Amino acid sequence: MADLTLPDPVTRHDTGHASRPRHRTRSVTPLGEKLIEWTLLACGLVSIFTTLGILAVLLVEAVGFFDEVSLADFFGDTQWTPLFADKHFGIWPLISGTFLTTAIATLVAVPFGLLAAIYLSEFAPARARRILKPALEVLAGVPTIVYGYFALVVVTPLLQQVFPGLAGFNALSAGLVMGIMIIPMVSSLSEDALHAVPMSLREASWGLGAARLTTIFKVVLPAAMSGIVASIILAVSRAIGETMIVAIAAGQQPRLTLDPSVPVETMTSYIVQVSMGDTPTGTIEYRTIFAVGVTLFAMTLVMNVLSRRFVKRFRYGGTR
Amino acid sequence: MSTSSVDIKRRGRNLGERAFIALSLVAIAIPLLILVGLVANTLVDALGRIDWDFLVGYPSRRASAAGIFPALIGSLWLIGLTALIALPLGVGAALWLEEYGGKSRLAGFIEVNIANLAGVPSIIYGLLGLGLFVRFLDLGRSVLAGALTLSLLVMPIVIMATREALRTVPGHLREAAAALGATRWQVIRQVVLPMALPGVLTGAILAISRAIGETAPLIVVGALTYMTFLPADPGDPFTALPIQIYNWVSRPQEAFLVNAAAGIMVLLVTMLTLNSVAVLLRNRLQRRTR
Amino acid sequence: MTVAPPAPSVAPSAAETRPKLVSRQLEAWFGDNRVLKGVDMEVPARRVTAIIGPSGCGKSTYIRCLNRMHEMVPGARMAGRIELDGVDVYGPDVDPVLLRRKVGMVFQKPNPFPTMSIRDNVLAGLRLSRRKVAKTEAEAIVEKALRGAALWDEVKDQLKKPGTDLSGGQQQRLCIARSIAVEPEVLLMDEPASALDPIATARIEDLLHELKERYTIVIVTHNMQQAARVSDQTAFFLSGELVEMADTNTIFTSPGDRRTEDYITGKFG
Repeated sequence: MADLTLPDPVTRHDTGHASRPRHRTRSVTPLGEKLIEWTLLACGLVSIFTTLGILAVLLVEAVGFFDEVSLADFFGDTQWTPLFADKHFGIWPLISGTFLTTAIATLVAVPFGLLAAIYLSEFAPARARRILKPALEVLAGVPTIVYGYFALVVVTPLLQQVFPGLAGFNALSAGLVMGIMIIPMVSSLSEDALHAVPMSLREASWGLGAARLTTIFKVVLPAAMSGIVASIILAVSRAIGETMIVAIAAGQQPRLTLDPSVPVETMTSYIVQVSMGDTPTGTIEYRTIFAVGVTLFAMTLVMNVLSRRFVKRFRYGGTR
Repeated sequence: MSTSSVDIKRRGRNLGERAFIALSLVAIAIPLLILVGLVANTLVDALGRIDWDFLVGYPSRRASAAGIFPALIGSLWLIGLTALIALPLGVGAALWLEEYGGKSRLAGFIEVNIANLAGVPSIIYGLLGLGLFVRFLDLGRSVLAGALTLSLLVMPIVIMATREALRTVPGHLREAAAALGATRWQVIRQVVLPMALPGVLTGAILAISRAIGETAPLIVVGALTYMTFLPADPGDPFTALPIQIYNWVSRPQEAFLVNAAAGIMVLLVTMLTLNSVAVLLRNRLQRRTR
Repeated sequence: MTVAPPAPSVAPSAAETRPKLVSRQLEAWFGDNRVLKGVDMEVPARRVTAIIGPSGCGKSTYIRCLNRMHEMVPGARMAGRIELDGVDVYGPDVDPVLLRRKVGMVFQKPNPFPTMSIRDNVLAGLRLSRRKVAKTEAEAIVEKALRGAALWDEVKDQLKKPGTDLSGGQQQRLCIARSIAVEPEVLLMDEPASALDPIATARIEDLLHELKERYTIVIVTHNMQQAARVSDQTAFFLSGELVEMADTNTIFTSPGDRRTEDYITGKFG
């Protein structure tokens, strides 16, 4: 916000605190002004309390859970059956379900998203870009429940005509549809990164007698790489936390498998499954959703922090 | 130096580049066509089912008699309350960050926080709402608990859009107002906010679009799936459009899937209507401030 | 004057005497804005030709037409004819990519590739044009190009460092090294020293004297003293037209056109 600073220190003195809204000396601020500032700050602090709230809620219930179930069971057992008489609390089936659907979605979103980003940034006429970019972003704005319906009612029957062995609920259909949903996450942020690569680098490459495609792949993409990586991580994180598509189309059977044709259960759809039932609060079944929630939260948090690291690098490093 | 004049002659027809562009266009067209197909397919499924009785009807065990009225009203309740809660909070937070916080450490911390919150899966907000609003604050499985949960969920969206808008207000206008003797808040109230208002409304649009389609957090908070009455005050239990759709989708009978398609069309139309109202409002404001 | 049709075999002596680059009625547009209004000009081989003129006169656009960089800008068009050694460079069978390997370019702001080391920057032109370079050969090319750009002694011990770590003047010489590593015949320079301090500028100017023994150089500059110092020929552009072109001495001592005189005596610009 350096643009607000007056260039001339003398002028700044003359006009006093009023000339610079963010200025340090606060000698004659009336009480009303202070009150307003505090109120606004309180609004800002809500975000901190939200984070603290998430941590507190998740941890309190998760601690209750881990009093009864050891970490060794949680990470060592290969079965997840908290709702059955013979209870097992091994998280791996839920993680494998999440991994499977996310991997399929990523395999769809990355090539489509990157091709779209390269076209929009490097080839598209300005007008096409103005239309196509928001059009793609609509994909991420459609409610996920709609995608879930689409996966179950349209995509799975279509896929079953190609693969007769496909179950009615499966990771493949949910993953494919989820992949379409996250294409704009890859394409938009990657396009921003490509667009931020200075024109002078492209010209340098063309001036050396490099063809357009060579310039894109050898000069522009490497310069934008951190932004592209960030966009992919963000998309993966979104897929991990996505709920309704998998809850509707992937099934609700925790199963330690990488077979995309059978029903699986993700961490998110397990939470939905329990929430839809009448599990009494305070029971171990109730607490499982918080234990799963903590795991999910930790995974997405790590990815988001990682992604921001990369974004920072492309903002401050690559754009010279 | 030998100058062989032929060596700038084209050697190929640049097929690689053309093939790449064609491939990219296909990569853009496929998802967009799927989007169109999705809407068209749902519309076809829904067309025979949507009528006045469906809109003002209550749920039923018979698919053909079931209506969506409590869900529609519940969604409007949720959006109204969410807008009332999230917009002032979000705009306030954005104002503090842009106009007061500066480069202070607290501002930096809040900023990182908001960025992180924007990436938290919505179902986690559901768990927060369940633990904090439903249980700890004892609001029960009420429309208020749902709206508070959605408010926290969409707050980062409001904050980011508002900050973006605040940044477009040129600094010299703030200085001009301050030089006239306006206090800091007067500058914000009279100069900055009016200019940023269209951007704030964009944030509101995005936030509402997000809130109306959210399903998972409401399931966790405990929205009902079978409601035969309308919520009358914020403490009442509630259902919402996406919840009702999910309920119908998860029934095994084919007839309920048709209801789900009809419900989806109601959801999309409600979303579009609210969006266009907000867009119209924004355009009117933009004309005024430009 | 008529230009000889492209002859399949050209005697070296003939190539020496005839102009390296010729433009005929060259016009260029950005959208509806006509920035060049029919420029006829001949660039002699192995000389430094300076193009001077006030900003917006079309001098940068002119040299960007010479290696067909102009057409890479969305909305940009051109008309007229440009010949390199008698070959129409806008002919239907000419590949602009191959043309640019013979007509290299150095830009106003130094633009080394940020993801590449100094060494890789020098080799970039060869690699980007998919030519295989053997390792031993690569070392020789790097040294030769960096020596040619008078940068070798300063960077020979840090070839692995990123090109962007160098100072502005060094970066610009790195860009020159990168251009000459491709072994072009013509070097187009678009205000190559305008972003540099006086000392770095002087080094670039010294370098030009050495480079002209091997390359045909066209340099755009808004700095008249620089044009006087480095060039053999000077062309004065005004509002998209070539006002006059002559020996640099003549231009600066007894220009033939009133407008040239007004410009070099500082009456406008």
